[in-house]
Amino acid sequence: MNIPVILAGTSKNFWEMVVYLIQVGGKDFLQGAGNTILLAVVGTAIGCLIGFMVGIVQTIPIQPQDPLIKKILLKIVRIFMSVYIEVFRGTPMIIQAVVIYYGSLAAFGIDMKAMLAGFVIISINTGAYMSESVRGGIDSIDIGQTEAAKAIGMTHFQTMFSIVFPQALRNILPQIGNNLIINIKDSSVLMIISVTELFYTTRTLAGTYYVTYEPYLITCVIYLAMTFTCSRLLRWYERKIDGPDSYNLAGTDTTGAAAQKKRPTGVTMQMINRKYNEQRSAIR
Amino acid sequence: MNDNTKSAVIEVRHLVKNFGKVEVLKDIDFKTYPGDVICVIGSSGSGKSTLLRCINFLETPTGGDIIFNGINIMDRHTKVTDYRAKVGMVFQQFNLFNNMTVLQNCMTGQIKVLKRSKKEAEETAMKYLTQVGMDPYINAKPHQISGGQKQRVAIARALAMEPEVLLFDEPTSALDPEMVGEVLEVMRELVQNGLTMIIVTHEMAFARDVSTRVVFMDKGVIAEEDTPEIIFNNPTNPRTQEFLARFMHDQD
Repeated sequence: MNIPVILAGTSKNFWEMVVYLIQVGGKDFLQGAGNTILLAVVGTAIGCLIGFMVGIVQTIPIQPQDPLIKKILLKIVRIFMSVYIEVFRGTPMIIQAVVIYYGSLAAFGIDMKAMLAGFVIISINTGAYMSESVRGGIDSIDIGQTEAAKAIGMTHFQTMFSIVFPQALRNILPQIGNNLIINIKDSSVLMIISVTELFYTTRTLAGTYYVTYEPYLITCVIYLAMTFTCSRLLRWYERKIDGPDSYNLAGTDTTGAAAQKKRPTGVTMQMINRKYNEQRSAIR
Repeated sequence: MNDNTKSAVIEVRHLVKNFGKVEVLKDIDFKTYPGDVICVIGSSGSGKSTLLRCINFLETPTGGDIIFNGINIMDRHTKVTDYRAKVGMVFQQFNLFNNMTVLQNCMTGQIKVLKRSKKEAEETAMKYLTQVGMDPYINAKPHQISGGQKQRVAIARALAMEPEVLLFDEPTSALDPEMVGEVLEVMRELVQNGLTMIIVTHEMAFARDVSTRVVFMDKGVIAEEDTPEIIFNNPTNPRTQEFLARFMHDQD
């Protein structure tokens, strides 16, 4: 098994090199992985917020009797939003990173920290994808939910925030999970603007110790561990909010003990229903 | 019930509703007085559900006026949300909020719209959930209970807002026959408590027993409006006679 690996300046074999790298670079790997997770989680969270904000604006109803200024303003905002979605979905994130990071310095004199630029790029990129998912999620909620909320006097915003969004959020949870996993992996393109995430760290270690395969194998395992953990956590959360399929009435039967309490003893809902069916036939 | 000493809670004047070029409601006039139980009957497509949805503004009427306690709701300056809080609605498809438990369903409107405290909202919700016999299920989610139970919760949710008028849009039409009775039983209790109700229904026996007036709708107009005794025993309008004859026949 001990296949010697020819490396400049070392006489270590493959596994010895892996162990050696973990010893000398373990802290760097962890720091890189930490930054990657931070970028992915914060970026996805802000991206979701952007997605929901775009989703809200896209679902504001326009009534014919609304004032003209509201209609025009809404129209302009919506055009701006579709441009945003098309541009950020339609260009590679690596190009966006370069354009935003170096471009903001060249064009506007804004010198962003690389890490801050990283957050910005991942957030607005995720936001572009999420706003489409949110729109789909909102469309998937039965109109009856909105009508019931309006029927008890809720405003459009109350309806959206307390009834529609929580349900839409549940429906797009798999999409959010997808985005989180994509962001964990794709934050690696931020090495182009020297953000010290996991891929950048790996490249530095590979350069320092003049080895290639070993550090990247370690990195591969770290990425997989992070994405796998995230997908399992999200599945667990989905199951938690769904709850069980049936409701367990501890200590009572399904005919509704309380319903029987104020009715004559022994009268069940089934008996009431049967009585009505007889009455219905009797009307003929 | 409709003696002239009392003023109408809801008065509908010359109500018109068009969907594109289709005239669904043509010049509807009717009044609801406190304590009235009005059953609206008629064949599918006669406009009875649309009438109910117009009264609650889920459909914006094309023309006419809806007067609630002397205030014209069609007036642009009237806050529709305030009006809706006083006019409850029970839907054919229940429409319980799927993201909430039975108890939360009955509390959210009170907290968000009526600005009641959480404690007060819970007490009120429990009072009405007990009335409809759903208090053992307060922590259940809508997908965990049966259709009849959902509809009873939906009624409790509407009652918890303590509305002046309660609208029912075919409340038993989406239910299995063995669950219709439990919902009608709950509604019958509301009638006894003197709640003002407008009920769109296909349950003729129920309409005959509980209503103070029956409105028969046909092709977007009110064809006949009278006491249940007259509508079911001696209808004057030939279309009412035809509908009831066909309906009784279909039941066989």
